Amino acid sequence: MTNQVDNSKRRFLTLATGAVGGVAVVGVATPFIASFFPSERAKAAGAPVEVDISKLEPGQKIDVEWRGKPVWVVNRTKEMVDSLAKIESKLTDPDSNGSDQPEYAKNKTRARADKANVLVALGVCTHLGCSPTFRPDLAPADLGADWMGGFYCPCHGSKFDLAGRVYSGVPAPKNLDIPPYKYLNDAVLLVGEDK
Amino acid sequence: MSKLQALTNTVVNWVDDRFPVTASWKAHMSEYYAPKNFNFWYYFGSLALLVLVIQIVTGIFLTMNYKPDGSLIPGTNVSVAFNSVEYIMRDVAGGWIIRYMHSTGASMFFVVVYLHMFRGLVYGSYKQPRELIWIFGMLIFLCLMAEAFLGYLLPWGQMSFWGAQVIVNLFASIPVIGPDLSVWIRGDFVVSDATLNRFFALHVIAVPLVLLGLVVAHLVALHEVGSNNPDGVEIKKNKDPKTGIPLDGIPMHPYYTIKDIFGVAVFLVIFSYVVFFAPEMGGFFLEHPNFDPADPLKTPPHIAPVWYFTPYYAILRAIPSFLGTQVWGVIGMGAAVVIIAFLPWLDRSPVKSIRYRGKKFKTALVLFLISFIGLGILGAKAPTELRTILSQIFSVIYFGFFLAMPFYTKNDPGTEPVPARVTETNTSRQLAFLMYVGIAILGSFVFAKLV
Amino acid sequence: MKNKIARIIAACALLAPLTALAASGGVALDKVELRVANAESVQRGAKVFVNYCLSCHGASSMRYNRLTDLGLSEQQIKDNLMFATDKVGDPMRVAMQAKDGKAWFGATPPDLTLIARSRGADWLYTYLRSFYRDSSRPTGWNNAVFDKVGMPHVLWQLQGDLELRTVEGKAEAKGPVARSWETVEHVNGKDKITTHQLVLTKAGELTRLEDGKANMLDFDERMTDLTNYMVWMSEPAQVKRESIGYGVLLFLIFLLVPMTYILKREYWSDLH
Repeated sequence: MTNQVDNSKRRFLTLATGAVGGVAVVGVATPFIASFFPSERAKAAGAPVEVDISKLEPGQKIDVEWRGKPVWVVNRTKEMVDSLAKIESKLTDPDSNGSDQPEYAKNKTRARADKANVLVALGVCTHLGCSPTFRPDLAPADLGADWMGGFYCPCHGSKFDLAGRVYSGVPAPKNLDIPPYKYLNDAVLLVGEDK
Repeated sequence: MSKLQALTNTVVNWVDDRFPVTASWKAHMSEYYAPKNFNFWYYFGSLALLVLVIQIVTGIFLTMNYKPDGSLIPGTNVSVAFNSVEYIMRDVAGGWIIRYMHSTGASMFFVVVYLHMFRGLVYGSYKQPRELIWIFGMLIFLCLMAEAFLGYLLPWGQMSFWGAQVIVNLFASIPVIGPDLSVWIRGDFVVSDATLNRFFALHVIAVPLVLLGLVVAHLVALHEVGSNNPDGVEIKKNKDPKTGIPLDGIPMHPYYTIKDIFGVAVFLVIFSYVVFFAPEMGGFFLEHPNFDPADPLKTPPHIAPVWYFTPYYAILRAIPSFLGTQVWGVIGMGAAVVIIAFLPWLDRSPVKSIRYRGKKFKTALVLFLISFIGLGILGAKAPTELRTILSQIFSVIYFGFFLAMPFYTKNDPGTEPVPARVTETNTSRQLAFLMYVGIAILGSFVFAKLV
Repeated sequence: MKNKIARIIAACALLAPLTALAASGGVALDKVELRVANAESVQRGAKVFVNYCLSCHGASSMRYNRLTDLGLSEQQIKDNLMFATDKVGDPMRVAMQAKDGKAWFGATPPDLTLIARSRGADWLYTYLRSFYRDSSRPTGWNNAVFDKVGMPHVLWQLQGDLELRTVEGKAEAKGPVARSWETVEHVNGKDKITTHQLVLTKAGELTRLEDGKANMLDFDERMTDLTNYMVWMSEPAQVKRESIGYGVLLFLIFLLVPMTYILKREYWSDLH
């Protein structure tokens, strides 16, 4: 009727069965947790975007959408590229140490070396996410005589230069993000992939 | 006592001063006494609870990706809803597992609940003082059927659409108010996007809430009187004079918590076999026509309800139209479900368990089982003259089981007297059980092939 | 111990009878050799599908890049299986609009993503091989499995021409018979048997007329591949499903069930 209860045996069996049960719980939980990750549809929608830049004039900017966000492609003129060195004193982070870009864009033009004149940047202000306006005009009335061209965010007044680097003294903390990108050939830019 | 134990004690005491955690644990687990002779038939209550949890969890994750939208994707004949199910099956990581668990769980819910109810019939679990448990159980059964019916519309396949069309049209057969009632239920003149959206809301939150409340009530009522057992002996009648604990009772925890976990493990083997190797179950768990998107202009050749509704569908079809209305079949189908609730008052025998009942009840129960399974098989097939006649015969037996019960249970003594204390199992009982189950399965096979 | 066995057998057996009840009535169907796990066969089937079916039918839930499950690279998929300017992550859409299809063929060509789950593999395999010449039909073709179908015989170049012959009573396969089946009618209390034969009158690229016999083997192989592709496409997860299933069942049967049983027995030994 009442044998001596072997408590250590019970504890062992309970722990062992508990461990096996724990494995089962992890197994069952796996598909549920996995289902939260981006689905194939989301991944396909977030796939890289091809951009035809054969007709992009110097000084012109086009917008494309990638992963639901605006990406600017600007064919900077020689004057625009030259101005980048001159504006550095006004910038918070002229060497892009604190901003998000691939290493091939961590330079003075923030672009790939083989096409250093073309800027590919995420058109999203690093302050609160508005999309700044393109202001290539020089010394306009509202932006002052020092303005050498760049981007101006109407929401809270942040300013970026023609390489997307942020001015000091504005609400935005960082330079504009540069997405991964590469050139498939001279005419086609692929945004979203750089392998 | 270790530091950890001391800390745990402090926390538990703090909670106990504000919420009856320990008292509840004792009352419902460690000091709740259940009869020690529970057998195979007593696994199905805890399994039903498990399947409920499975359905809720998988249902939540399905709802994250499913879209209840009956409109067509432009340029195609495929609806957004139907497409969202395929999205879950293909594009959502692990989605196919979640979907199959939900579809398998729906069918397993009925397997488990039918076996759970059968236990009640065999051991007289519905008899006094457990009538209210039985009534709550019947309400759960009704909600379960509603939940399954509502859920089946959601994939918006051919069977979803036409099955719903047929069933909602049944309401149209009610005299005077019928047609208007059907329009009100559908929210439209035919089953449409309006119907889909409201069925979605009812299936996802309204009925589950009611179901959960009823399950709680069912368990509270059970714990108030304590479980019945295979011998039908009230264990509270024989208590230890010193402790007040029933002599034939054992604490729910750890004995039945551990035993039920074993039951869960075995159940998971069967459940997993279906999910991973036979999710369609030959077209019975996932019906083939439902892989065609719903087409309001094309009726599938053979509209059949899902297997768990087939017994009642057979009764519906068996009853012919009288006095220019088909409503008698609808009433018969409804009565077939509702009459089960009256068992506590139809059964006049003082004996609970079939082990100590007389020949009349045993015969009646066997006939009932044959007719229920027979009706189920017939309901899954297209009607022929022979099948209709058989359905009618089985329907008479089905109703006869209940309606004649006050008469054949009044004086039906068994061969053995009801014991005062619970009995232990023996080999002959176990072999007899295996034999009965084998005969039932073989007989079902043979009947299905021949009819 | 016996209780446990009883429980397992009874519980399993409760489900088994249901599979026997799945009857298939109607047209006589040939059985297809299912080999969905054979990646090469499914790849061949994918090629046929993309070349012959996608002009009219869509497979709108089937993404091209899912074909990587078959061991193909995205580049291989783009080179061999994609023609339009679709991206590899796009689904197999059809260019034709549903309402145009209805106007041209009398019925909208159905989406084929799930066709294998709704019609069944044997039905598809037999259907694809049962088109025959019928001048009374607008397309000039009819089908022995799907009478008066609106679909033309897109595979005629591969299969050649078949003619339908009906013979009273049982009949031997005389001449170049590609397929033969019998139907039984109950007339005046007697069983009347009719033999139907599909006869090859002109060979196609994958069939041969040799010594007055029809050699349909290559075409049947190709249709087996196509059917397997459609079965695979209807549920790409199925191969993975079964392999995960083996792992799960082994874990449950050899680990969880025994351990929970041993634990139960240990505690219940208190009561004896």
